[in-house]
Amino acid sequence: MNDSKLLEEIERYLNGEMSPDERKQFELLRKGDTAINAKIAEHAEFVKLIKQYSDRLALEDRLNAIHDEIDVHTLADELIIHPSFVVRLWRNHHSKISVAASIAIFAILSIMFLTGNLTNNQDSKYLQLRRDVVGLKIKTAMLGKQVSQNNRAVKNTANRFSGTGFAITTNGLIATNYHVVSENDSVYVQNAAGKSFKAIVLYTQPENDIAILKIVDTSFRNLSAIPYTFKRTESDLAESVYTYGYPQDSPVYGYGKLTSANGLNGDSLDYQISIPLNPGNSGGPLMDTRGNVIGIVQASQSQLEGVHFAVKSSYLLSAIDSLDKKVNLNTKNTLAGLSDVQQLKKLKNYVFMVKVYDK
Amino acid sequence: MYKELKSSIPTDSEVILGILNNSDVVLKRLYVAYFPMVLQLIINNNGTADDAKDIYQEAIIILYNKIKAGDFELSSKLKTFLYSVCRRLWLKRLSQMSRYGGDIRDFQDYSDVDDEVEKRNDMDVQFGKMESALLLLGEPCKTIMEDFYIHNRSMQEICERFGYTNADNAKTQKYKCLQRLKKLFFQQK
Repeated sequence: MNDSKLLEEIERYLNGEMSPDERKQFELLRKGDTAINAKIAEHAEFVKLIKQYSDRLALEDRLNAIHDEIDVHTLADELIIHPSFVVRLWRNHHSKISVAASIAIFAILSIMFLTGNLTNNQDSKYLQLRRDVVGLKIKTAMLGKQVSQNNRAVKNTANRFSGTGFAITTNGLIATNYHVVSENDSVYVQNAAGKSFKAIVLYTQPENDIAILKIVDTSFRNLSAIPYTFKRTESDLAESVYTYGYPQDSPVYGYGKLTSANGLNGDSLDYQISIPLNPGNSGGPLMDTRGNVIGIVQASQSQLEGVHFAVKSSYLLSAIDSLDKKVNLNTKNTLAGLSDVQQLKKLKNYVFMVKVYDK
Repeated sequence: MYKELKSSIPTDSEVILGILNNSDVVLKRLYVAYFPMVLQLIINNNGTADDAKDIYQEAIIILYNKIKAGDFELSSKLKTFLYSVCRRLWLKRLSQMSRYGGDIRDFQDYSDVDDEVEKRNDMDVQFGKMESALLLLGEPCKTIMEDFYIHNRSMQEICERFGYTNADNAKTQKYKCLQRLKKLFFQQK
């Protein structure tokens, strides 16, 4: 029996088209042969699958027929959730909006470029500001020059810079900022009584902006005992601080708070303080209310009103330590406990105006 | 009266009985009753009306087969069942198209129907194979196969339709066609 014949037999058997005799014969054949059995099962399965497949197609046709009767379009319009006004505006006009936005951005960028705002970054601004401070000093100095010329004052050399300094020892060591004395031909310090003494720059630390002067004038008499002490540790935020210096001919007192333990851009050299200051205050002592020197007034940031910086006293102390000659610092604080007025009265004899003359 | 009946939502037991009895009217009422619900789900979740049609018909077929198989237990409302299946199918479709943004806007309660959807998949794969096998088979084999196995036509009829000189020739032809169809079907992975 060939395969074709066998298949026909199987189909007849499965469809129940066989006569009882044939059926009996076929079942006998089936019993003895597993191969045939498997064939029957496989064929039955396959035919069933074809049937199911056609049933599915028929069902899909029925469903499609039903679906065609539904007005899907109207229904969809009713059911869709209409997005908010803004979203619809965007969907309908997004190309126009995009073009408008790009033009606006381009315009802003070109304006920024033209005005130079784009090329300057934060750091260079700070540097320029510091230069501005110096520039301002030059201007005030020039003014001073004019005044002195008008008065037919004796000196040929012009008073170019001025700053503030304060005594470290009774024998005439004075601390100030390096930038005050950096371009000097000669340096004079003037005390509260208006008397000037010649001084030399004994030691500088440009990186910490610290300079130590020594009064060499023969007319200079030793000071009485220094009333303040120097604080080695860092001071805390919100500590009340004051300063005293010579932004003009008469001394100026400034009062404020310590606002940050670091200077601009996290510079750990400096404290940030909030005190009204002017050019000329540079080099002045920054005092806390217990009469300790906690820093040297150094720089300002003109961008923000009342934000200034002061070199921490620990740097001054390390500068003093690196002097050739050993210096015995005052350890007895006679300012502590006094009122501000009393403290200033004592302090004023130890704070000097530093005058720097150019060639 | 008839129109009102037609447009009304059939009760769940009406649907089951209707499908078991192959009632076209009930099938139509079922279809019309719940289509808007599914359309609403799909078109408000990144789909089109055509997507809604596909998904909804798939769900109806799942329901239909379940009822026909006789193992349908109504654990929730028919409406909820259909909605859940459609929701599941649509989520799957969305992630296949990688358009699924992580959430879906829901309009109905739904229940967990993962099993139903997965079970159906095997069947679909088989049907897909059968469809492409039949396509590859070509004429006249395809028509012979359909006539004999689907429309249950006798060999005599087929012989006449295709103009074979005698039934034996037709049988040989049918045998060859079937062998090819089986080969095509089982060759696919």
